[in-house]
Amino acid sequence: MKLFTIVALAVAIGLATAVSPYASSSPDGLEKVAEDKAFLEQGKLHSVQEESPVPDYAFPGIDDPRVATGLAGFVGTLLVFGVGYVVVAAARRRVPA
Amino acid sequence: MHIPDGFLSNEVAIACAVPAVAAVGYGLKRAEVDLDDRRVPLLGVTAAFIFAAQMLNFPVAGGTSGHFLGAALAAVLLGPWLACLVLAVVLAVQAFVFADGGITALGANVFNMGVIGGVVVGGLMLAARKALPDTRGALLGVTAVGAWLAVVAGAAACAVELAISGTVPLATVLPAMLGVHVVIGLGEAAITVAAVSAVLVTRPDLIHGPTPEPAPSALPALS
Repeated sequence: MKLFTIVALAVAIGLATAVSPYASSSPDGLEKVAEDKAFLEQGKLHSVQEESPVPDYAFPGIDDPRVATGLAGFVGTLLVFGVGYVVVAAARRRVPA
Repeated sequence: MHIPDGFLSNEVAIACAVPAVAAVGYGLKRAEVDLDDRRVPLLGVTAAFIFAAQMLNFPVAGGTSGHFLGAALAAVLLGPWLACLVLAVVLAVQAFVFADGGITALGANVFNMGVIGGVVVGGLMLAARKALPDTRGALLGVTAVGAWLAVVAGAAACAVELAISGTVPLATVLPAMLGVHVVIGLGEAAITVAAVSAVLVTRPDLIHGPTPEPAPSALPALS
């Protein structure tokens, strides 16, 4: 499990860091439909999202947009792994071993 | 397919959040019993991979892109309820850290992109275990069909939620959402099959489905 975890996590981090800056920047399916059917402007940020640490997958304070996206991917992938791990570990700790 | 805040009425957001919370809660319960210690990191890794792959938008027709959703992959690896939990982790981090997908719409997003896919693929795997031969080809076939269906069904649900919210008429939004997501679903199927194939080659014992089950205690039945 250990080796699989490390390799799979490395693949995920590699994709998020090195490949995501080159992903399509066109609107996704729902965004495009919202644009075409004229309800896109109804979307808004929730008040807690106005201070979002990494808005729109661009790490703040970095001029190069590709580097900003790659860094956001790197941090996000590790963060998601960490949250997933902690949530499961916490859920399992509720049961007496 | 991340719905931002402002697209859904409060009633629809709540109506979607109820089954989403129930499915994720049940996923947490299953995490206590479904995962042996060896498989605990698998949930985090699956969530991390799905987050990464969701960033890789691929072009589809007409200035539109699609991206991986991942519920089908998670359901094949971890079963339907842990798949709901995995997608809830991914979508919550996306909403709170990256401002992608709304906060009041989080329940609807977990429902559309996690619960529907998890249940569709979990159900298909259960049916396949009874009806299809226990082969690699059958598993990959079910994976492909399930991944495509998960995206199309999620898109249909999204359209219905938007229509009930009064944001856009169903006759307008449903064909538009289905039209683009039948194509995006092909990408979902391709990526899911590639990822499941990679796991089959390296660690076939990690598949939560109709493959040979090596350690009976490690793979409890789907329910």
